[in-house]
Amino acid sequence: MALFALRRLLLSIPLLIGITFVSFVVISLAPGGPLDFLTPEDPNASPEVKERLVKEFGLDRPIHVQYWQWLKRAVRLDFGRSFLPDGRPVLTKIGERLPVTLFLNVIELAIIVGLAVPIGVLSATRQYSLYDKITTVFVFVGFATPDFWLALLLMILFGVQLGWLPISGLRSLNWEYLSFWQQQWDFFAHLVLPIVVATFGGLAGFSRYMRQSMLEVVRQDYVQTARAKGLSERVVISKHALRNALLPVVTILALALPGLIGGSVIIESIFAIPGMGQLMVQSVFSRDYPVVMGNLVIVASLTLVANLVADITYGLVDPRIRFGGRRGRRS
Amino acid sequence: MRQFWRTFSHNQLALCGGAVVSVLVFLAVLAPVLAPWDPNRPDTRKILAAPSSSHWFGTDPLGRDVLSRVLYGSRVSLSVGFVSVGIAVAIGLLLGSAAGYYGGMVDNVVMRLVDLMLVFPRFFLLLAVLAFLKPSIWTIMTVIGVTGWMGVARLVRAEFLTLREREFVIWSESVGAGALRIIFRHILPNAIAPILVAMTLGIPAAILTEAGLSFLGLGVQPPYATWGNILNDGRDYIEIAWWLTLYPGLAILITVLSYNLMGEGIRDALDPRLRQSRVGRILRLGR
Repeated sequence: MALFALRRLLLSIPLLIGITFVSFVVISLAPGGPLDFLTPEDPNASPEVKERLVKEFGLDRPIHVQYWQWLKRAVRLDFGRSFLPDGRPVLTKIGERLPVTLFLNVIELAIIVGLAVPIGVLSATRQYSLYDKITTVFVFVGFATPDFWLALLLMILFGVQLGWLPISGLRSLNWEYLSFWQQQWDFFAHLVLPIVVATFGGLAGFSRYMRQSMLEVVRQDYVQTARAKGLSERVVISKHALRNALLPVVTILALALPGLIGGSVIIESIFAIPGMGQLMVQSVFSRDYPVVMGNLVIVASLTLVANLVADITYGLVDPRIRFGGRRGRRS
Repeated sequence: MRQFWRTFSHNQLALCGGAVVSVLVFLAVLAPVLAPWDPNRPDTRKILAAPSSSHWFGTDPLGRDVLSRVLYGSRVSLSVGFVSVGIAVAIGLLLGSAAGYYGGMVDNVVMRLVDLMLVFPRFFLLLAVLAFLKPSIWTIMTVIGVTGWMGVARLVRAEFLTLREREFVIWSESVGAGALRIIFRHILPNAIAPILVAMTLGIPAAILTEAGLSFLGLGVQPPYATWGNILNDGRDYIEIAWWLTLYPGLAILITVLSYNLMGEGIRDALDPRLRQSRVGRILRLGR
């Protein structure tokens, strides 16, 4: 097992280098170099700033030297300073926002898995029933609903018309004056809408995979055997089928993670949540490009780590993967 | 072909999807004729007017007719959908067939590249790229295409891996056919079904992505009307003008839904083998 984990770890090193490389390519996309965007009327474009940047990024040197310089700093998580007047280090800025995004995504993931598994299993065990058909419709509508639209509709309904829930930020303005429990309640109320929106799309996808995976497993011989030896259907489904059906879901969870994190861009900017997604949008608009690059590298590396964890978990729960060497797709 | 049509026409949902898609294409093409008002002409007397008989979908903060803007927006959405998927499929086809045909080192490099691209959360990557480029409809199409080819590449590779071992390929190799000839004449035509499905399911995904970008203000720029743009305009007025939010969103929902239904129908009809299997799964994951 340790060997398996180690091999996976080694395999992700080239990917990590790849991440920095892609990010660097993105920087060099700017025609005439990244400084081209600091136009004369831009208040940030004072000669000192330009000079500092030329030095910071070694723009007067050949491109491979530039990459090497940048890489050396990126490895130490030093992404330079923000272009904004506050000029704080990029890492500090990201560090403030990272916990918010992580927190939201972990909660979303937990809710999605918690709901999708029973929904999918029920629909698979009652294939073609009314329940199955309703969930199928829900899945198709879920896939087709733009999350930002759903967010706006819910804001109109619950925030504006009914006035039940707050629609922006994580805290009310009078937060400081609330008692402890009121503060918790306030925080919770702010989370409801963003989390509902983020969960909706993902739920459709996962319940579909769960249904699919369950349908495949139920046809397997060992499930028939379990039935044949007279076990009750409940036991067959929950003990024999479900456990095996959950295996591929682990992989899918990991593969879908970038999508979920990417979704925080839109959700955080609609609900004004101070996370990495909002930071990304703000930095793109203010052309604060050290922050853009730092954000990209950090987000991709986090996804990589999550994939790694999922891979190793998969190896832990499914011995075939560990000993089989190659990762075979069961279908 | 007849077999395909028979299966497809028995699938009512897919037929509905197909019908709606044709209507949408029709509306998009005829938008200049059908639109009751000029989509870009402001009218200060009718700012944020509620839906009425002269403005079915109401008007926006500049007094422009929302129905006309939604109609014109469909042209942008559909063209972005088609072109960006075209780009994605071209790249995916090229890399996927190279990987599947040559195997070994080439395969390794291509698949690592796919892994690499999949590590980036799509919206972060799109935003980072757009931060450095001048936003225009062509940039958007290219960027969505260039960041969305991984699913197609995997799919094509998987098809090539199976087809490569088939007798007719081995036979044509033995009589001395070149690699290009084998790829384009013998293998690709047999792999066309999943590629077609990938395209049909890729279009709605691209439309959603474009709408999201335009909604953030980083997509197609005003004054061009796009669904995402209209929603973005309506964002500041959700308290007084719900119609700015409801209608363009419905347009997106209906479009994406009918493309998906049609795509799944085509998949089931083209190849029962693909039903509930790889194609959908691989594609959805690429999103």
